[in-house]
Amino acid sequence: MPDAVATRRRGRVYVTKSVAPYLFLLPFMALFIAFLIAPLCYAFGLSLFKTTMVAGTQFVGAANYLKVFTDPSFWDGVVLLFKFGLMQIPIMLGLALLYALILDSGRVYGRNFFRIAFFIPYAVPSVIAALLWGYLYGPSFGPFGQLAEFFHLPKPQFLLDGTILGSIANIAVWEFMGYNLIIYFAALQAIPQDLEEASSVDGATGLQYALRIKLPLIMPTVIVTIIFSIIGTLQLFSEPYLMRNLAPGIINSHYTPNFYAYTLAFTNQQYNYSAAVSFVLGGVVAVVSYVFMLLANRRAA
Amino acid sequence: MAIVSKTANSASFRNSRRWLTVALALYFIYTFIPIFYVIVSSTKSNADLFGTFGLWFSGDFHFWQNLQDLFTYQDGIFSRWLLNTILYSVVSGVGAALFATFAGYAFSKFEFVGKKLSFALVLGAVMIPQTALVIPIFLLLSKVGLVNTPWAVILPSLVFPPGVFLMKVYADDALSNELIEAGRVDGAGEVHIFFNIAFRLLTPGFATVLILAFVATWNNYFLPLVLLNSSDNFPVTVGLSQWYALATSGSGGAVLFSIVMAGSLVSIVPVIAAFLIMQRYWQGGLGAGGVKA
Repeated sequence: MPDAVATRRRGRVYVTKSVAPYLFLLPFMALFIAFLIAPLCYAFGLSLFKTTMVAGTQFVGAANYLKVFTDPSFWDGVVLLFKFGLMQIPIMLGLALLYALILDSGRVYGRNFFRIAFFIPYAVPSVIAALLWGYLYGPSFGPFGQLAEFFHLPKPQFLLDGTILGSIANIAVWEFMGYNLIIYFAALQAIPQDLEEASSVDGATGLQYALRIKLPLIMPTVIVTIIFSIIGTLQLFSEPYLMRNLAPGIINSHYTPNFYAYTLAFTNQQYNYSAAVSFVLGGVVAVVSYVFMLLANRRAA
Repeated sequence: MAIVSKTANSASFRNSRRWLTVALALYFIYTFIPIFYVIVSSTKSNADLFGTFGLWFSGDFHFWQNLQDLFTYQDGIFSRWLLNTILYSVVSGVGAALFATFAGYAFSKFEFVGKKLSFALVLGAVMIPQTALVIPIFLLLSKVGLVNTPWAVILPSLVFPPGVFLMKVYADDALSNELIEAGRVDGAGEVHIFFNIAFRLLTPGFATVLILAFVATWNNYFLPLVLLNSSDNFPVTVGLSQWYALATSGSGGAVLFSIVMAGSLVSIVPVIAAFLIMQRYWQGGLGAGGVKA
């Protein structure tokens, strides 16, 4: 870039159309290669080796991958994330779609206020969100526990083995519902106004119009958000990492695959195996996203 | 006839408007509970945090004391964390937005060798699990002695692939090829065309990427958690989570609770303010790309 700036100031050397795109891409691509491509290649290389005290570092080929495929600590985490995703994604996106349609219908008071208010949790770091909900869930001094005590009801137990996954899912819904709502709302606003006039002339109610016309029209957007949600879900880390402080017996060090990779690398110093775990997780992300896209396309066709 | 149907229509319109607004208000209450909780809690002393109802104020207004504790605890390290967070987010946000604008412009307005492949790589980057990147970045940066420096957080945060995608889409829409062609006919160089003609029209897209990248860095946890190990370099997210773990473990850290509450409030206010001030940008931007920040 310094060259280009100098060029501009002096106005002498002329950047031509054929050189320009490479010049514009240079800063981003240089960093992209240094901090994305290179680390990935390096991690892939690592995953093919094994370091032991006795033998030092040895090439082991696919051995680490074969180990991941039969490692219950990894697959337990993947199964947990499937449970988590099957619960959290439909609730989050269902709510986002419902509220986007309500906001778009124009039949509400305070439309702009609600749209912004629902988005606010997205601005809260996931660490802080987990921390605040963690306090709210607390059985002794959390307000829900306090309310139950006041009314002599059994205290809600948010942090037990059977409920904690739902409690974490709730945090994720809270964080990202508004983000998806904004995306849906923008897609709904892009639908031409005359479609609504035509459908009301045909005697369709607002609800029929929303479900039969608007919903199919924004389906491509919905599919994109589902894929992003799948990718996000499979990377779950911060929320359980923070909440293990509250439920150390339940959230173990391989609670989610990312958590497992982190523990392997920084507690056990097993960088090689950790890299293999990350790659298999990436593979799971790719396969699940791809299968979902296939299913979505088949239904659309 | 027309009049009858119109009144029926407007009565049902008003009715459904009432119920739909109630539905919105219900979700608003849910959204607001944790925010209200942190506001209420940051006004309480430690004793009141445990002894009074969590979702209402206690008689004793302890807010200023909590703020003072927050900024003096451990020799005032929290202000250091706050400055770190601001430094990391501003530098990464501006840099990421600038580089994404250059790259998006190149992808939108030029034909060149390797265009399809490189754009596909940028798009595919969203699928990569964080650990797959952050752990090798840690290992590579430790070889060149950059671990536990501000660069360890800033440099990786400058790579913001969703921003490139967004700027390409934005440049496709907002910037006509004729305008650029006109500049070329006038004999202007490509760099001159970009800075004097294109960039002005791309500014709203630039602002969108700026705020998204800024917030992504402000809220990031995993990257600084792995790449920084001295407390002096922590951003707020890592520092606060350490205090939180200390407070929760019960090993003499219980006095920290009110400090953690005040710290949480202080750390979310700037981001919420940024979103409110720049709402016209991110709303359009998220809609345009459906991009995950």
